[in-house]
Amino acid sequence: MTNSIPEIEDADCIFIIGSNTSVAHPLIASRVFKAKAKGAKLIVADPRRIQVSSIADINVKQNLGSDVALLNGVMNVIIQRGLHDKVFIEERTEGFEALAETLKNYPPEKASEITGVSEEDIVNIAETFAGSAKSTILYAMGITQHSHGVDNVKSLANLAMLTGQIGKPSTGVNPLRGQNNVQGACDMGGLPNVYPAYQAVTDENNKKKFEDIWQAQLSSKVGYTIMEMMHGLEDGSIKGMVILGENPVGSDPDARHVKHALQEADFLAVIDIFLTDTAKLAHVVLPGVSFAEKDGTFTNTERKVMRVRKAVEPVGDSRLDWQIICDLSTRFGLPMNYDSAEEIFNEITQVTPSYGGLTYQRIESGGIPWPCPNKDHPGTPILHTERFTRGKGLFHAIEYRPPDELADEEYPMLLTTGRYFPHYHTGTMTRNSPTLDNEMPEGQFEIHPYDARTLGIRNLEECRIVSRRGDVVTKAFITDSVEPGTIFMSFHFMEANANELTNTALDPICKIPEYKVCAVRVEKIQQDLAQAV
Amino acid sequence: MDINYVRTTCPYCGCGCEFLLETLDGKLVSTIPSKTNVMNQGKLCIKGWNAHEFVESPNRLTKPMIRKDGELVETSWDEALDFAASRLREIKESHGGDSLAFLTSAKCTNEDNYVFQKFCRVGFGTNNVDHCARL
Repeated sequence: MTNSIPEIEDADCIFIIGSNTSVAHPLIASRVFKAKAKGAKLIVADPRRIQVSSIADINVKQNLGSDVALLNGVMNVIIQRGLHDKVFIEERTEGFEALAETLKNYPPEKASEITGVSEEDIVNIAETFAGSAKSTILYAMGITQHSHGVDNVKSLANLAMLTGQIGKPSTGVNPLRGQNNVQGACDMGGLPNVYPAYQAVTDENNKKKFEDIWQAQLSSKVGYTIMEMMHGLEDGSIKGMVILGENPVGSDPDARHVKHALQEADFLAVIDIFLTDTAKLAHVVLPGVSFAEKDGTFTNTERKVMRVRKAVEPVGDSRLDWQIICDLSTRFGLPMNYDSAEEIFNEITQVTPSYGGLTYQRIESGGIPWPCPNKDHPGTPILHTERFTRGKGLFHAIEYRPPDELADEEYPMLLTTGRYFPHYHTGTMTRNSPTLDNEMPEGQFEIHPYDARTLGIRNLEECRIVSRRGDVVTKAFITDSVEPGTIFMSFHFMEANANELTNTALDPICKIPEYKVCAVRVEKIQQDLAQAV
Repeated sequence: MDINYVRTTCPYCGCGCEFLLETLDGKLVSTIPSKTNVMNQGKLCIKGWNAHEFVESPNRLTKPMIRKDGELVETSWDEALDFAASRLREIKESHGGDSLAFLTSAKCTNEDNYVFQKFCRVGFGTNNVDHCARL
């Protein structure tokens, strides 16, 4: 997030796109409700009707994967009506002319045709967003999980810069991250192209720096992303894998393919707290510990580095994850010795400039948002206040591209995916929590009453959903929160997992898979009921 | 009876809510939202309120396991770690460091993640490390 969560409460306009906020980030949604009560205008753009849609001033349901066209249409109107922030564009950005040229291709009538959103709504969004003093954008995986996810994010950055709605309190481009420490895992260099703090592995100076600190020979070659690792297992370029606290069999698209790939591994080691579907395929499973049994830090979606504190002893013979890794490393021939999580954190602050001023003592009473480069720095709740990371903010002229897979005769419907309120990711934690599991013990797919009637499906009837990758059997939940022609499923339930069906098509730049759109067919299983209807 | 409260950060989404874990004689019994944290101000969602439940689930892994005759069976830490280390060494020696891949975790701490990517980069001279940020 460019801005902090409490600031949302004081925004004049909140634009939520591709985030089911009250389900996936309930405590951020509560800020949205407070802002609304104080008079903020709320714009919600989501292909489904979600809880925050019900209190929106403007609520649009764009066609799946049409976000770039929607945003370009909105920006076209902003420029046509002279609502853009000319001073901000002049002083802080570059590339405006190219953007303006591309936007000419997206007058409201054309954007409306692609997105299914009325011209009137497109104009309303433009006027409300650009016309408010403090407008903020909240987005999540509904924006990113597309074969053009990077285009979607850049379009949101375009909108914020075009209107000067960035670098000030209660504005900004704010991705709501779905996992407690996905920000931290990225910050720590858990990515194939960067060392800690996003220092590129391809930069010789960075390589030299880390070689000196770690006393090692490092590679300047960008590594494989998850999906490339899975392909590598199949084509034989990857022979072995070590997985820490992840369940790719449940969370990656085309689960059948992932399972097959992992079975190809000559060696697979998994460190986890449960015997996940991924751990079941391993040659060695090492029991790690949960958050309640360890000390350390998490970095939340606002970039705030926060303490995790041990409350109970590890269950059974399980061990601290970092101790397992150090022990494995030492036996492998690379001795690693740390006495405590704090000792590791102190090393992190030496090599991670944005964490440079942090200590356990400083974050004892509450988290501090990075960048915090030195001991006297208070942390940075708002990014880009005076300049962007690269200096001037760069507009990207982006053309709309359709999703990789569209409905056709054989697969006439589209599937989109997401979460349900009591559950989380592949369910390894929430389905082992009796209270949460009791709220929703089994999966379902959501289908519009019109489609259900056409297919002769009754509510809660078991159906088979088929895509080009696989098929699952699950119950129908008939609701008009999805549009006709679209179904919705979650990936919480391994016995009926949406990821058996999802498409592995990747964004060409960031390699995110297109979870949010794939073509499917809904098949009735009980034919006798069809006749009864 | 020994009651303790430990302030910590929620393990679910990225909001960064804080709560107190309540323990009774060394066992987790409840989750109490922090009132002073500016993020959650005394509130939690349904997942946060029940964040203690999965920790002591009977399904938790409590012993290392190793595959023997196709089945995963419980073993000692020494056997599991020595076997894993020797297999990793063999694969690195015969196919090179780039033939290994590492998935780190958005659920683990910064400290766990840092040590894990360091093990991958230093131990194998490869940048084949990723996690589910995109998923």
